[in-house]
Amino acid sequence: MSRNKPLRGPLALRGHVDKLPGPSDWSFELIEQYHEVIKRTAHRFGLDTYPNQLEIITAEQMMDAYASVGMPVNYRHWSYGKEFIATEKNYRRGHMGLAYEIVINANPCISYLMEENTMAMQALVIAHAAYGHNSFFKGNYLFRMWTDASSIIDYLVYAKNYVAECEERHGLQAVEEFLDSCHALSNHGVDRYRRPSRKSLAQELRERKEREAYAQRQINDLWRTLPKRAEKAGEASESRRFPDEPQENLLYFIEKNAPLLEPWQREIVRIVRKVAQYFYPQRQSQVMNEGWATFWHHRLLNQMYDDGYLTDGVMMEWLKSHTNVIFQPPVGHPAYSGINPYALGFAMYTDLKRVCEHPMDEDKAWFPDIAGSDWIPTLDHAMRNYKDESFIGQYLSPKLMRELRLFTIVDDEKENELEVRAIHDDAGYRRVREALSHQYDLGSREPNIQVWNVNLRGDRSLTLRHFQHNDRPLHESAQEVLRHVSRLWGFGVQLESANAKGEITTQWAVAAPESA
Amino acid sequence: MLQQIIDRRLAGKNKSIGNRERFLRRYKGQIRDAVKRAIDGRGIRDIERGEEVRIPKKDVSEPVFHHGQGGVREVVHPGNKDYVRGDRIERPKGGAGGGAGKGQASDSGEGEDDFTFSLSREEFMQVFFEDLALPHLIRTQLAESPEWKSQRAGFTADGTPTNLHVLRSMRGAIGRRIAIGSGSRRELRDLEERLALLKRHRKPGDAIAEQEIKDVEEQIEALRSRLGRIPYLDPIDLRFRNRIRVPVPTSKAVMFCLMDVSGSMDEARKDLAKRFFILLYLFLTRHYEKIELVFIRHHTQAQEVDEENFFHARETGGTVVSSALVLMEEIIRARYSPSEWNIYGAQASDGDNWHHDSGRCRELLAEKLLPLCRYFAYVQVAEEEQNLWEEYAQLTESQRHFAMRKATDAAQIYPVFRDLFKKEGAAAA
Repeated sequence: MSRNKPLRGPLALRGHVDKLPGPSDWSFELIEQYHEVIKRTAHRFGLDTYPNQLEIITAEQMMDAYASVGMPVNYRHWSYGKEFIATEKNYRRGHMGLAYEIVINANPCISYLMEENTMAMQALVIAHAAYGHNSFFKGNYLFRMWTDASSIIDYLVYAKNYVAECEERHGLQAVEEFLDSCHALSNHGVDRYRRPSRKSLAQELRERKEREAYAQRQINDLWRTLPKRAEKAGEASESRRFPDEPQENLLYFIEKNAPLLEPWQREIVRIVRKVAQYFYPQRQSQVMNEGWATFWHHRLLNQMYDDGYLTDGVMMEWLKSHTNVIFQPPVGHPAYSGINPYALGFAMYTDLKRVCEHPMDEDKAWFPDIAGSDWIPTLDHAMRNYKDESFIGQYLSPKLMRELRLFTIVDDEKENELEVRAIHDDAGYRRVREALSHQYDLGSREPNIQVWNVNLRGDRSLTLRHFQHNDRPLHESAQEVLRHVSRLWGFGVQLESANAKGEITTQWAVAAPESA
Repeated sequence: MLQQIIDRRLAGKNKSIGNRERFLRRYKGQIRDAVKRAIDGRGIRDIERGEEVRIPKKDVSEPVFHHGQGGVREVVHPGNKDYVRGDRIERPKGGAGGGAGKGQASDSGEGEDDFTFSLSREEFMQVFFEDLALPHLIRTQLAESPEWKSQRAGFTADGTPTNLHVLRSMRGAIGRRIAIGSGSRRELRDLEERLALLKRHRKPGDAIAEQEIKDVEEQIEALRSRLGRIPYLDPIDLRFRNRIRVPVPTSKAVMFCLMDVSGSMDEARKDLAKRFFILLYLFLTRHYEKIELVFIRHHTQAQEVDEENFFHARETGGTVVSSALVLMEEIIRARYSPSEWNIYGAQASDGDNWHHDSGRCRELLAEKLLPLCRYFAYVQVAEEEQNLWEEYAQLTESQRHFAMRKATDAAQIYPVFRDLFKKEGAAAA
């Protein structure tokens, strides 16, 4: 069901209401009945989703999915085995409950329901995943722009087969080492601004062949040793820098320009890059995405209760779980480990609804455009057009900052003590909001490292540059990562860390790998 | 819109097995060490278990670029209690303000915890067998579970219709009908007697008596119909023949472990000897239901000891191998009649022996022990050939169920048993 204009308010309930039974054991019929009601309720609020596919799985399969980054298929790699072992161990010892759900941004949208869940929990999961997350995947601009829901499963099937084929042809060891190196750079293998094109599996396969042939030709050209013409004096060779502009997508640069890679290695770089790109929006919209799903399961199930569908028992059960999910321990609490994205996201959407429905004077001053407007279109707009950073910067209200009692602490290594820079008061609202927004900016969370230069004439070494943010240095693991870079590049690699003034403060270097 | 619910529970189990294999392959060195330690620490009997393996966290980490300590960080926290702007707080020890660290400090670094996981029994045995260089056929033969047969074991309340035991079920039904109906029947009997009495003393026109007769008749009717409603056969009456699986009983075996514990047997040699004993034990567990172990250690005198003392005690002094053989024979005569027991002998030594004694050892073996044994294997855990080796070597020609070998590393042990396994393998095929 798609609409050109978002709804102004929920549509009226039509038809006859029968209370849904609420036993603790689920059955396929019951899930269907609940799903039907949840679906109708979601449509009354105008949630626009991909078609849903609900899959019942066991706890073990849930761990499988966990271990392979939540995807139903993926290529094989030891790190996923490690992940599985760690997950399994924690689960068996009872250190960790499994997530109740995993939802895959695909078309149709796949939601996993674990067989151990009770009926009430299945209802919660369906509302949360199949309608909350699903509508977010379909509506949010990051996902619309960066991920292609209809082709991701196809692509992973292709990737799995391709990697398996490489293992057969080139040996487990070689493929594994190469994947290790690619994984080390996967966070730096995304395009932050360029938009990818959409391709089907068949296209992907066909183009791979062409790509391999073409890329190899290009690279040979770049590294041609014969001078093109009698060089226009030495001027060109001195001033010409390669790449012309620093490049942020390290894996893309390596895929296209590394001199010694075999075609299959280039393809693997590409696969890792593509998968990283697929997950890039998720890393930028965790608060918004989880908040949206939590807000909607809360809204939908409450609506169903008000309409007379749900029993008190079902209600109590999912509310208990809901309460646990949105628990935010205060700083200093033993369970405190930063801000809970579920809690923050849920609170923000709920607060946004409040600003629409019952604005106070303060809200009218802070949000003149939306205070008193219809809440459904306002929330829909907020879901579609923001990422965590901008969402918080735009919508975190003073009232919510007071409720959460947010404050900022500045940790400057030059000082002996930490300083409380701003708290939830008139003088601090803007500062706290700005700081929190900034905290969710991937650009400041992850070090900004770019391809700076390649020594084309000499030893072919690659130079990367780290642009420091607030003088924050790189962790010493950089040396280790650099070894991976040099394995990919095939020659020596340097990394320079530059502060805001452009002065280089630290340098790392790794010589060319011996096998090269 | 087509909506679907798909049951995936039966599909795609163990999807991670390929990833797990890759993980194990990568950490083979550490795993092998862990298995070696486990073999040292365990008794021969409980060799077949999984094992916890610990790998230092830094070895399993995957490096990525991330921020280190330092620079300027501003972090937002919830739940302010009493701070106001400008308050200064002492820097907490170790990692200031975790908030922004999320996603950076994850599992990459400083945590000292090791990454631990458990090897399954199968995986453990695979590593163990690999060290011993066992042929693959033998590996599968050893790793397989014992044979089972199903046998009767009384009756159960649930089962398949084909196993229904009619007689038992009916007997139960009768008992239940009697038990449930007895109260009602007693009451019925009383009422019938009363009815007969009333009818006998009935005078025409007595309205009160007529009414009472009618009441009693109604009560009788109600009781009859209640009795009639007791089911003739109820699901709880059903009894089914029960069958359970029991391991196929085979005969019993006793395994003698003979080892030289004189000063020249160091830890490495004892470890080799232990693997040698384990292998024979494993072989025996596949073929015999009940296996007893007898440990005999010797220097100049032989002594029967428990396993702990066998592997870990250390003594010095000369060596008289024949003392152990004599003791073995005594024990057989006293406790293990060859007609009831399958007797296996495994002897490990560094070959050092008092030189007049070696000839006697050969004679003892050839005349007394080998006729009693199913198989006797000797492993010399040292290179140099001494008189014991030469004497024993004469036996290999004439005795088919005697095997000997020099082993300076674990892979050389298996050939000692080759005949033993080959024979059984051929019999099984």
